[in-house]
Formats: sequence, structure tokens, C-alpha cells
Amino acid sequence: MQTFLYNASPAIIFMKIFKAIICILSTVVLIWALHTKFGPVPPVGNFINPSTGFWQNAESKYDSPANKLNLEGLHDEVIVKYDDNHVPHIFAKNDHDLYYAQGYVTAADRLWQMDIQTRSASGRLAKVVGANALEIDRYHRRMGMVYGAENSLRGMMKDPQTKLVVEAYTKGINTYIHSLTPAQYPIEFKLLNYKPEEWKPINCALLLKLMSETLAGGSDELEMTNVLNKFGWKVTQDLFPDESFQQEPIIPAGTKWNFKPLTIPKFSPTFKAQMLSNNHKPASKIEGIGSNNWAVSGSKTATGYPILANDPHLHLTFPSIWYQIQLHGPGVNVYGVSLPGAPNIIIGYNQNISWGVTNVDADVLDWYQIKFKDADKNEYWYNNQWRKTTRRIETIKVRGQAAVTENVIYTHFGPVVYEDSIQKYKKAPANVPAGTALRWVAHDESNELRTFYLLNRGNNYADYRKALAFYSAPAQNFIFASADNDIAITPNGKLPLKFKDQGKFILDGTDAANNWQGFIPYEQNPTVKNPPRGFVSSANQQSTDATYPYYINWQFGAYQRGKRINDRLSAMNHITADSMRLLQTDNYSITAYDILPTLLKYIDPSELDASQLEAYKVLKSWNKRFDADAIGATIFNSWWLNVYNTTWRDDFETLNADLRWPSKDRTIKMLLTEPQSKWFDNIHTAGRETIADIVSQAFNNTINELIHAHGKLGAAWQWGKIRPTEIDHLASLPGFGSGKFESGGTAGVINAISGGNGPSWRMVVQLGPKVKGFGIFPGGESGNPGSFYYTNMLQSWKDGKLNELLYLQSATEKSEKIKNTLTLQKK
Amino acid sequence: MPFILILVLTALAGIMHLAWWTVAIIAFVVAFVSAKRAGQSIWSGFGGVSIGWIIVALMKSLPNDNLLATRVAALFHLPHWTLLLIIMGLIGGLVGGFAAYSGLLVKRVFEKPTLSLK
Repeated sequence: MQTFLYNASPAIIFMKIFKAIICILSTVVLIWALHTKFGPVPPVGNFINPSTGFWQNAESKYDSPANKLNLEGLHDEVIVKYDDNHVPHIFAKNDHDLYYAQGYVTAADRLWQMDIQTRSASGRLAKVVGANALEIDRYHRRMGMVYGAENSLRGMMKDPQTKLVVEAYTKGINTYIHSLTPAQYPIEFKLLNYKPEEWKPINCALLLKLMSETLAGGSDELEMTNVLNKFGWKVTQDLFPDESFQQEPIIPAGTKWNFKPLTIPKFSPTFKAQMLSNNHKPASKIEGIGSNNWAVSGSKTATGYPILANDPHLHLTFPSIWYQIQLHGPGVNVYGVSLPGAPNIIIGYNQNISWGVTNVDADVLDWYQIKFKDADKNEYWYNNQWRKTTRRIETIKVRGQAAVTENVIYTHFGPVVYEDSIQKYKKAPANVPAGTALRWVAHDESNELRTFYLLNRGNNYADYRKALAFYSAPAQNFIFASADNDIAITPNGKLPLKFKDQGKFILDGTDAANNWQGFIPYEQNPTVKNPPRGFVSSANQQSTDATYPYYINWQFGAYQRGKRINDRLSAMNHITADSMRLLQTDNYSITAYDILPTLLKYIDPSELDASQLEAYKVLKSWNKRFDADAIGATIFNSWWLNVYNTTWRDDFETLNADLRWPSKDRTIKMLLTEPQSKWFDNIHTAGRETIADIVSQAFNNTINELIHAHGKLGAAWQWGKIRPTEIDHLASLPGFGSGKFESGGTAGVINAISGGNGPSWRMVVQLGPKVKGFGIFPGGESGNPGSFYYTNMLQSWKDGKLNELLYLQSATEKSEKIKNTLTLQKK
Repeated sequence: MPFILILVLTALAGIMHLAWWTVAIIAFVVAFVSAKRAGQSIWSGFGGVSIGWIIVALMKSLPNDNLLATRVAALFHLPHWTLLLIIMGLIGGLVGGFAAYSGLLVKRVFEKPTLSLK
């Protein structure tokens, strides 16, 4: 061998080097390609490798029973007990550590959800998902989500207690974030290829803005104004009345108001003119987002102590919008659900009280038509003079392209969301009127967290009333029950003082009389304590009867759920937690009860063919329940929708303007009491259709449609099959959701499951010397799709069951439900 | 020998959560030091990284009842999670094979030419 040592020719050496370089380069290019994001696909190597990729997010079923961590910034030791549903029970020795730990454990389970929700609220989605999210970001920036959050944060930081809570909570979240290596990032960060960002106190405020947007951010002023323009004042008031036909107010009718109301503002001159003329300047609220709550007094329960129930209906997602937690510290021991990203418990109970919320549907969002001086839009006409506008610059970073800058005009009302229809892109929400300024209560300085801080520590009715005084938005029906046998309900929030119908249509922004004239004093918000009927309840329906002096809104949720709840609670006695559970999953349809007999009256069975007759018979014997296996429910639902659509389509479906359609309530009134109404006539036909024609036409269409889509009447027509339910991942990632399943319920019944919306948390609390809580949400505590606690509670939720909640009295209390102990020690 | 070494070091790097491309360095260095033939280096790199990775992935996935792997497979419209494992193995193998062969080729630049080679 040695003899050949120096015999290699330069050509051979060159070839060797060349081959080596080519091979190394290929390796490097391969690694680069696997390290790079192409389009929506995550960098393949980063995502798929077992060292730092998604495999690392797989949680083991053998988790250790005890863990200890030394954490920066804690003042003292904190014990966290995780139960068999992975619910953390936190025991801290001071407020700071309590909320620090709440932030820490919430982030450990829900970090990506917290990140993406606050990103969405603050219009920073495009930075991580690219140009697809630009329009939604633009909307959130322009409508003042960040502006509102900044104002709220100011309110929160003014109160030393809230400040401490928010800052400790933030510190806890950031301690968790800093502890993470890329291998430990939640899987969604790996999929979208970005890093978790430092949490800021404003994120807590942004999260509350997001709730305000969901629950009090819709409007139909644009559509209503279009209706007014097309049909005039008389028809509009007839078809869109301020008083609904079917009523079941939250505060029982006849309740006396023991306060002296402020002067009610007068109709503004421009409002009157708008209503009288027929020539006016010129998307929407979702029916079905709602909730139920009720509390029964001890006189009606088996134990003699009150029971409280609450089920907020929201968009159902994995991870769940709620996170269960118990917080124990000096002066507080509370269990319930929190919103990941906000400290405290939002709905829950302690030893002495329990509380819950449903949405009020107060009109706290109005649009003002702005008259600018010129194209520069630096001044606008208001109260007979030119006023200066201000500007707020919003810079939106977009992944993979240049940042977009929005220069938003602000008036004293609030931001001009879209200056004109050119600025309003196709994907922008249709219900935002171009050229108007937005006045929204969620823009105002507020401190909702204080309400929850106080409720968490509340002992009695007086504490409940005191806590509510700090609450601003979104207005909620706060229900209450206490161990000392008080029950109460208060539609509560910062409600603007308005003249009647102010904000039903787009308002003239030049007229000072169209301004909100202050707010209803908090103590004059509608409220009732221990009414004679022995229970209080709400289901988003109108807050009060007509005797309440103030205007809250012209429309509320429909009455059906409230009616059913009240009918049942009136009839029930010796109530137990279990009978409340059954009521929460009640599928009985008041709509069917109210209108099915009338609809059937217009059908002549002798004129039906075989399949129509079969359907007719099914309907006649249907028990009016939207159970998963009910065929009658499918036929009724489709028939009623057909009647509704056939009645209004000819008058309200237009190409050039979005019109608000009359409500179901108004249609029911026509069906039951105005059979001669001209609206039943189809204006596109020569003849005059009667109610009987419309109803039977709709019936024929229904049966034809159902046969066409699902074959002959049979199992395929069952409600659960026709209307499948699905719980989607928050980013709609395939495989990360529940898949479709059959379930009963619908928007108008107590068990308000409708597609992807429904009871996001069901809770029943039996008060007494030893409080007992029950609850369930469709999902799990963990937001990690690789966790055994990602969907573990879904089945019980589907079955209509509740878990008995573990409410510990101390960190040393023994329970076989406790699975792990996490000890947090100061570093 | 290089195969076993690459496999063990790949698995160790995985357990220590080192950046995934460190397997390229491992395969390169091991081949540089101990590989002799082209085929041997390529298959040691390919097999060592691919099997090393599969072992690490299974160590996470089996105690998880393959819950996450099943969801991720569905996300990418794969009928079964084991396909994900195979794809991962191929990707790791490709990187390992290329890197190991590079290691051998670099070594050859410095190596005295031998009868057996020429």
C-alpha cells in the first residue's frame, strides 16, 4: 500500500474533492429544504423529527404523581392538586401567588389558545398565518379592539388589587413561556412555525374585548336602515316592533321598580325627521348564540337550599373556551370556569354563593353617519360646528410580505371603521355601514375583572350587588344564589341612556341629540331578589316588561327557552341537582307547541300523496322534542323554515341592499293572529296567495326536499343525522376536532345545541352547609391534541351527564380523585 | 459498526432534544471515522438515523397510545399513523445517508489511495 502513497494523480484528487463537495452540498440543501416553510406546510424536518418535532407533544399515560418546580418570582410555596379530569386545584398563601399560579397552570394547558385568541382580538393573526388573515386583522384594528383594550387596561391598572392580580397572572404565564424549549412548544406553534410571545397585561383586556365582540359586537342597523328606506316607518314599526308578540321577561312582569329614574332623553330632531321622511341616507347578529341560567329558592328544593344552574351557549371548540380551576387562598376558595388569558373565575361557586351569566343583548353598539368637511376628512360637522378628527396608526405585519398600515380616523364617537365602500373589502363584515363612526361601550375604560375578583370572594347578596357595580361589558344577566337562601338576577352592565329606538337605525352623527346621554345608573339596572314564584331565570329574552322606564334594546333573544324554563320551574317541586341536569338537556320545543297545531290545520290530509301523508302522520304523533332520533323534529324544522322563507323571500330578498328580515316572533304573530296578512301573498305571482297556500306549498317543498336529499322517510330522516354536530379545533385543523356525531337539541330549546354552537359549560350548584357542584364541558382541560385530557369529558357531555366537581377545603384534604401534586417553590 | 454507532448517537440526540439536523453531523463524523465502503456508509447513515428516529418516536408515541400520531396522520390525510412513522424514517434516513456518504468522501480526500480502491 505504502508504495502507492504518492502516486495519486492531481486529477484523481480533484475528482475526490469534487465528489465530496457535491455530496456535502446535497446534504446541506436537503437539510435547508426540510428546515424551510413552503406555503402552508410547516418545515417538514422541524415538524416530523422525533427530537423536537410533533412526537414530543405526545403525553405519556404514565405521569408521575408528584412534581416539584422552583420558579422565579413566587413569594411563597404553592400546592397544585390535579384531579382525575386534570383540573388544577391551587392552594396559595397570598393573592400574588394565587394568580401567578393560575397564569402558570393555565398556560401549561392552553398556551396556544391564549396566544391565538389575543392575536385574533388585536389584529395580529396575519403575522403568523399570512395574508389570508389580513382582512380580519384590518377589521379588528379599524373597529378599535386594541383602542378598547388599552382603555380597559387603564381602568384595570387604576385599581391596586386588579393591578396586582393582572401582573401576577402575567408573570406566571411568562415564567411558563420562558421555561419552554422549542421541543416543548404546543403543537400548533410547530405547525404554524412561530414562537410563543411574551404575555402582556393588555392581553387580559383583549380577551375580554373578544367576549364583547362575540356577545355585544353584532349589529343590524345597516339592514334595518335599508328596511326603513324601502318600506317606510309604518311598515317597519309593524314588522319590527319594539315589543315582541310572545313575552316572558327575565324580571317577572309586574315587578315594581323602587327607584326614581333619570330623565329619559327626548327623540332627537334628526331621528324624528328620519322616521317621517321616506328618503334616507344609508351582516349581522346570529340567532342562537345565547345561554340559560336559573336559580330556585330553597322552598322548591329537596334540601331546602337554593340550586343554581347555568349553561352559556357559545361556539364549541377544542380546546374549550373554558378552563376549569379551583382557587384557594387567603379569603377565597372558589371553583368554576375561567377564560384562559383572564385571571379569576367567571362562572362558579364558593362555600356561600354561586353565580352565572347569560347575555343581555343590550344595544351598546351604534353607528353614526359622519359628514366630513372635505376629502381630507380632518374635520366633521357636529352640533353646528366643525370638529377635528384624530388619527390612530395601526401597523399590521403580514407573514411573507410587507406590513400594511391603517390610518384610522377617530371622532368623539369612536373610530370610522370603513371610510367608504372602497375601503371596505369584500371579506369585511357586511353589517358595518361605510362612512359611519362606531360608538361601542367596549371602547370605554372599565374594570370587569374587579367584578369577578369580588364575586369569587362573595359571601352574600350584598357582596353580589357590590361586585356587579364594577361591571361594564358585555352586559350579562348575572344570576345569583346563596347558602342563606337568597336568589336574584340582574341584567347588568354599562347600559347607555337612550331615547326609545335610538340605535335601531344608523344615527345622524351631526345631531348632538343623537349622542348617548350618559348611562343608566348601575343600581337602576333591572334586578329582582327572591320573587314570590320561588325562582329566577334568563335565556337571553327581553329583560323587563314595558313598565321599566329605560330603553335597553328593541329586540332580544326569542322567548321560547325562557318560557320552557319558567313553565317547568313553576311546575317543579322538591327539586334536586339531578332534575336541574335533566332540565338543562330538555329538548322540548315551545315553537312547535305554539305553531304546529296551526300549521297542521292548513293541511288537508285527503289531498296528500302517500309519502306526504306518512310525514303528516309522523308530525301529528311527534312529541315536540328535538331528540336525536326524532323524525318529526326534522320535518317540523324544515317545514317551519320553508314557511318563513316563502313568506318573506319575495319581499325581502333583494340584490342591491341587505335587508333585515322580520323576526320569527313577528312571523308567528302573523301565523296565529293575522291570517289575512298581505305579506303571505307572493308579489311575484299574478294571483293572491293565502296563508293556507303558503303553508301547504311549504309542506310539499319540505317533503320533496327531504326525499330528494335523504330518500324515503325512515331512519335517515332522524334529527341527529340531518343536523350533525361537530366540535372543531380552534384553527379547524382536520383530525384535531371531534368528527361529526348525532345529538339532540336545537337553537330554540333549552338544550341549545345547533351544529357547532351550544352549551359550552353546563353547571349545577346545590348550595347549603356543604356546597356541591356539578359540571361538564364538551372537551377537556388540556389544549394539547396529544393529551389524554384533550377530549375526555366530551362523552359525558354528549350523554347529558355532569361530573361531580371536586371542591377541596385544604391542600391536605385527601381524595381518591387527586392524581398528581405539583409543588411550586420560590427560586 | 458505523451503523450501530449512528443509531445509538441518533437516539441519544433525540432523547436530549438536540436540533434534528445534528443527526447529519453524527452520521458525517461516524462515517468519516469508521466507514470504509460507499455502500456501507450510505446504508449505515440511512439505517442508523432512520431506525434511531423510529425508536425515539415510538418511545414517545407508545405510552401515548399513539393518540397524537393518529391525529397528526388525519391532519395530513394519511390513513394510518404508522405511515407518518415511515415517512419520518425515510426523511431521517435520507439525511443520514447523504451525510454519512459525505463523511466517507471527505475522508477519502485525505486518505492514502489503496489497492483495494483503485
